[in-house]
Amino acid sequence: MTGRARTEGHGMLEIKNLSVSIEDKLILDNLSLTVNAGEVAAIMGPNGSGKSTLAYVLAGKPAYEVQSGEIFLDGENLLELKPTERALKGLFLAFQYPTEIPGVGGMTFLKAALNAQRRARGESDLTTPDFMRRVREAAQALKIDQEMLRRPLNVGFSGGEKKRFEVLQMALLAPQVGVLDETDSGLDIDALRIVAEGVNALRDPKRAFLVITHYQRLLDYIKPNVVHVMAKGRIVATGGPELALELERNGYRDYAEEAA
Amino acid sequence: MAADQETVDRVRSIDVDAYKYGFVSPIESDLAPKGLNEDTVRFISQKKDEPEWLLDWRLDAFRRWQTMEEPKWARVNHPPIDYQDIYYFAAPKTSPAPKSLDEVDPELLRTYAKLGIPLIEQEVLAGVERPRVAVDAVFDSVSIATTFKAELAKAGVIFCSFSDAVRNHPDLVRRYLGTVVPPTDNFYATLNSAVFSDGSFVYVPPGVRCPMELSTYFRINEKNTGQFERTLIIADRGAYVSYLEGCTAPKRDENQLHAAVVELITLDDAEIKYSTVQNWYPGDSQGRGGIYNFVTKRGDCRGARSKISWTQVETGSAITWKYPSCILRGDASRGEFYSIAISNGYQQVDSGTKMIHLGRNTTSRIISKGVAAGKSQNTYRGQVSTHRLATGARNFTNCDSLLIGSECGAHTVPYIEAKNDSAVIEHEATTSKVSEEQMFYCLQRGLSAEEATALIVNGFVRDVLQQLPMEFAVEAQKLISISLEGSVG
Repeated sequence: MTGRARTEGHGMLEIKNLSVSIEDKLILDNLSLTVNAGEVAAIMGPNGSGKSTLAYVLAGKPAYEVQSGEIFLDGENLLELKPTERALKGLFLAFQYPTEIPGVGGMTFLKAALNAQRRARGESDLTTPDFMRRVREAAQALKIDQEMLRRPLNVGFSGGEKKRFEVLQMALLAPQVGVLDETDSGLDIDALRIVAEGVNALRDPKRAFLVITHYQRLLDYIKPNVVHVMAKGRIVATGGPELALELERNGYRDYAEEAA
Repeated sequence: MAADQETVDRVRSIDVDAYKYGFVSPIESDLAPKGLNEDTVRFISQKKDEPEWLLDWRLDAFRRWQTMEEPKWARVNHPPIDYQDIYYFAAPKTSPAPKSLDEVDPELLRTYAKLGIPLIEQEVLAGVERPRVAVDAVFDSVSIATTFKAELAKAGVIFCSFSDAVRNHPDLVRRYLGTVVPPTDNFYATLNSAVFSDGSFVYVPPGVRCPMELSTYFRINEKNTGQFERTLIIADRGAYVSYLEGCTAPKRDENQLHAAVVELITLDDAEIKYSTVQNWYPGDSQGRGGIYNFVTKRGDCRGARSKISWTQVETGSAITWKYPSCILRGDASRGEFYSIAISNGYQQVDSGTKMIHLGRNTTSRIISKGVAAGKSQNTYRGQVSTHRLATGARNFTNCDSLLIGSECGAHTVPYIEAKNDSAVIEHEATTSKVSEEQMFYCLQRGLSAEEATALIVNGFVRDVLQQLPMEFAVEAQKLISISLEGSVG
């Protein structure tokens, strides 16, 4: 699968016949999905449909057992890579519940992550002024103030602050594929708009996004190219943005029954 | 016990007159023979040209030591130590007491360079403006390089090797030696009192704020050499001094005993800040070898409103048995203990502090962060006691433990004793593991497992790291990362 041209429109993220279980329970059932470069694909589905599992499996979280199937990121077989290596290949997961790390300042964490990724690309560490400038710019766009950057990572952050900080990290790390796991949950309408603008600013012909959400609301702000409906660990419907609106009117019941 | 014949011969062969002015004569071999008896004690004392009172002091300690037993209450295990199989005096094979750095063995200087010891006298001579650190480097048992003496002297600060202090400031030594840690205090301190080799001496006169951080680097180098350092620091009324102790040792295969004694004394309104970074050889991956660090460190807040603050970062040694303590004798005096103890492999740490409140309105604060990885065992053992007259005494204790992996252990053993009903003693303790969620979060951002562990651990210990002088904190942070290498799969 190597040697593909990196052009707009090719399959930046390809998931083929993926089955995943946790503690012998099948969560993802022969799921296939392609997100092309330049696209934003939305995944919608009821609770328990396996959306977050998909996000974790892409990032390589332990405890999930891949029974069968393949995942390719820009032609690279992700399942052969450790979580760190996947991140260094350009996979970014904006967590639904970002973890608190006491004592580690947000700035310290950002610098460590950014420099780890630069080193992996053979680049030198950023100088402190250069780093500060980049963070300040990105933080300003997301209305994150300097005081928040000094606080320990996610400790005592409100739901909105945590999500904004996730998008800040994504902006600085500039991934190939951004996976947003229920980034809209816990956000009021203003925070939602700020976060969505942050994501929209990162849209790029060479970048792909997988936006996982329960509600259509987020998609008013981040306009997807494709909408997939997921139920019982499978993609049960695929369509354009109008599919999200239909779900908003009729709910997931039809699809849940279809998958059963 | 019968005197070793070798020792007897050696002691006889010493021409005492040759050592009248200290280490000025070439010495063929500076190793005392193995083993310990009264002759060994005399040998050491004579080598150092000590006055009669100090020899008697040592001999008293030695006689007392013979009646004592090793303490058994610590949560550590080791094979019995054969005290007759240890050298009690060693010096580097070079001409001692050089007049300047030029006279120091280049091999030693290279070793120090590797250890990152800033012998920056040249920079000062060249007029370089920067925070200055005076180094009294201890190589095995004899101080070989002392810098900045002149500048310190200008401020009236005495900073020299213990041997020099005995020669040049005998009254001060005699007045304070053993007044905080009595020669009969405990098995290891008593052993030290009998055979201590050298160490540092600091005296800061009334009202003087020591113009620079004082720093001593210890390094154990000779094979099978017990290290018995003796440090005595006195801050006279209203004086202030910050003292840094850092150490490292080369890799080796045998267990080594290290039994140091540190005594701190603050008179009225004085303050001593004592910081340690300890990185001695912890043994190999199978738990073989490594240093036994059985240290007695104690401070006496003798004067009113005086303050003693201990900060330690402990990453090395196979076994650590160490409880830097404060006796809060003066009214409104304050004791502080900030500790980071990191254990990996098969290391055993039993460390903590004692805060003994004797005076009125005395306060103490204990922040202890233990990190256990590998198959190590990490115990915090701390005592807070407020005596009958310590009206208004206050203590706050916070001790947190962090576990990495599932084969290590963290233990917290607090002893709390209040004999005055106005005392307020607070104790907080937590034990946690580096969670899979935290690790995964870091890995997802591109950090390696080791980088992630170091980051999380550095966050865990941050409150204590902030207590260290800046340059020491940076060093300590690196050390923490190094010491946790291999702790994650």
